[in-house]
Amino acid sequence: MVKEKLFLNDQFNQKVEKDLLAHLLPHKKVGNIFIFILLAIILVGIYAYYRQLRYGLIVTSMRDYTSWGVYISNFVFLVAISLVGSLFSSILKLSKATWSTPLTRISEIIAIAAIICASVIIIVDMGRPDRFINVLIHGRIQSPIIWDVIIITTYLTISVLLLYISLIPDLAICRDKLTDAPRWKKWFYKVFSINWHGTPEQNNILHKVSFMLSVMVIPVAFAIHTVTSWLFSTTWRPGWDSTNLGPYFVSGALMAGAAVIIGAMYFIRNALNLKDYLTDKLFDHMGKLLVLLSLVYLYFNINEYLGPAFKMVGVEGEHIIELFFGKYASMYWLVQVFGLVLPIVVLVFAWGRKPLPMLIISILVLLGAWFKRFLIVIPSLQHPYLPIQDVDESYRHYIPSWEEWAITFASFAGCLLIITFLVKLLPVIPIWETKKEEGGEPKQLEV
Amino acid sequence: MKNKAADHRRKFLKSSIYAGVSAIAGTSLIQGCNTGASNAGEKVKLLTTDGTLVEVNQSNLTKMSHQPVSPDEARKGIPGRHFVMVVDLSRCRNARKCIKACDHHHQLTPDRPFIKVLRMQDNKASSPYWMPKKCFHCDNPPCVKVCPVGATYKRSDALVLIDNKRCIGCRFCMAACPYSARVFNWGKPKPQKTDHSYSPETSVPSQIGTVEKCDFCPDMLRQDKVPHCITACPNGALYFGDQIADSVTNGSETVRLSTLLRDKAAYRYHEELGTEPNVYYLPPSDRLFPFKEAPEGQPS
Repeated sequence: MVKEKLFLNDQFNQKVEKDLLAHLLPHKKVGNIFIFILLAIILVGIYAYYRQLRYGLIVTSMRDYTSWGVYISNFVFLVAISLVGSLFSSILKLSKATWSTPLTRISEIIAIAAIICASVIIIVDMGRPDRFINVLIHGRIQSPIIWDVIIITTYLTISVLLLYISLIPDLAICRDKLTDAPRWKKWFYKVFSINWHGTPEQNNILHKVSFMLSVMVIPVAFAIHTVTSWLFSTTWRPGWDSTNLGPYFVSGALMAGAAVIIGAMYFIRNALNLKDYLTDKLFDHMGKLLVLLSLVYLYFNINEYLGPAFKMVGVEGEHIIELFFGKYASMYWLVQVFGLVLPIVVLVFAWGRKPLPMLIISILVLLGAWFKRFLIVIPSLQHPYLPIQDVDESYRHYIPSWEEWAITFASFAGCLLIITFLVKLLPVIPIWETKKEEGGEPKQLEV
Repeated sequence: MKNKAADHRRKFLKSSIYAGVSAIAGTSLIQGCNTGASNAGEKVKLLTTDGTLVEVNQSNLTKMSHQPVSPDEARKGIPGRHFVMVVDLSRCRNARKCIKACDHHHQLTPDRPFIKVLRMQDNKASSPYWMPKKCFHCDNPPCVKVCPVGATYKRSDALVLIDNKRCIGCRFCMAACPYSARVFNWGKPKPQKTDHSYSPETSVPSQIGTVEKCDFCPDMLRQDKVPHCITACPNGALYFGDQIADSVTNGSETVRLSTLLRDKAAYRYHEELGTEPNVYYLPPSDRLFPFKEAPEGQPS
């Protein structure tokens, strides 16, 4: 019986290794078309940025009142997405939700891609990117922007470490098994597996370090999005002047992050043929998680708008009317209904937690999340304390220019390109954790 | 910039005369040394800053044009001053001469004026009025708090200025300012004529991708003159002065600041925000002119 079990474990582990390494070997050309499209989008974005560098921010639709636009709202969106890394490799891991193990790697990859693109976008928004060095030379710790710079670099560092530490055993497997890989890949696996042989001592260190990192990343992850919310709540603006903004942003970020993972699961399981690992059961779990996170976000949404909408104080009230009934009303209600309420309604039913409905819902959630950040940034700027007068009519409206859209899409493409590259380089599902867990307690394979 | 500043100081040493050396920041030639000294060969005694007395040939001395101070020196306020502005709303009829003078002096284009004249109406029952609005030079300035690089700063003489050579163009100050006092150079500013180097005290020349705003014309203040908008106002609606000296002037009359504020029940916009503005407003009662809507064509 014991022998039988060991044999089965061995068989199982071999299958796991074979399946999860398959996507690292040279592939059909479908992936290349995808990469080509991404590169094309990025090139258009680079051209738009070249125009912006040459002529100034005048190529955008931002003007003196709407002085922040889609760059900033997209930055907030990307920072929100990056929170997903900590959700899986820390919060779910520490709460011993073992079902989430296959998703840790992809969540860390997405987190890193999003945070890199967020940093790029914030530089794109600067009027004088050539003076970025001033942030280091003349940085004032009193300014929330400096807090953001510090916390983003910290979070990026910890995220890279989290990804890398849990990768080491898998890189060693790649080193040992992928003898057909291109030379540079073999070199990469050899160097970065830093002589890993899975000895008890090595395992011990690995567990300690990854536990420490997963504890450390929680406050940093909360801080990164709370500080981003403080960029708004530390200003003297109706609509931003709210103590609710921190948890409101964090909860929205976790919800958007879960949606990103669902989308990523869907495409990876189909593109890389990993249906045995990214199972329907896993979609079901993710659906339930998304409902929970959506409910939390719904709560903070109500909390954010009810007070001001009840009191309707001055400009704050005008801002609320603009959102509820004014020129932003259609966007506002589409976002709230299709990006927040509908997902909750659909996902509470079991049929709603099947892969395809989940994909559709996650796309809705992401669109909602992106436009929600637009609604947080732009209408507030258009409702200053003193009326907007004595300026050109165009200063009262904001419709992003093609350059802004091109750069925004390029940031998404850049994000996807980094993810694609890392998925082609690294085992997208942690092999050693899958082996250990299912191999150690082979419930499905028990004879 | 450093070199220019040093050069500046050297010129100053050369030109200050021993009789009248005072410790004002190195700006202008103290005149009067050439009274009755048209002779090229005549010697003039000068005191250098390290205390040495030197004799220089009169012909070697050149009179300097008024140069604005360097960005480093512009960070220090004019000692012993606290500048304030008082706007008498009962005297403004939207003549827009202040905007014109300001645009001319700072070489601004109409898309980024430092001054706006807003049509305000406090409630339905009261009559509308015109409100000239500049930077309020707050004592608790939100813009200075949020600036990540210290490009905008508060001086001891109450002014809030911008060093456009340091500004990174993040526009956080524009988001933070509750009075929308700031404008941005979204594109390349139109070429400006100037014969001196940039100073935060003149805000000229403007630079692409940086923030600008009303600066209270410190280059004029250094010459003991009032900002251009004050002298341009045909109705004497704008007063400027020094809180420490307790006096303000609108160009034609000089009054005691504390009396004016007390007797006319002065107020500041959005006192509740805690920004402590240095621009006071006198209520639009007992008006000099009846309110008239803006003419066609004026941006509204």
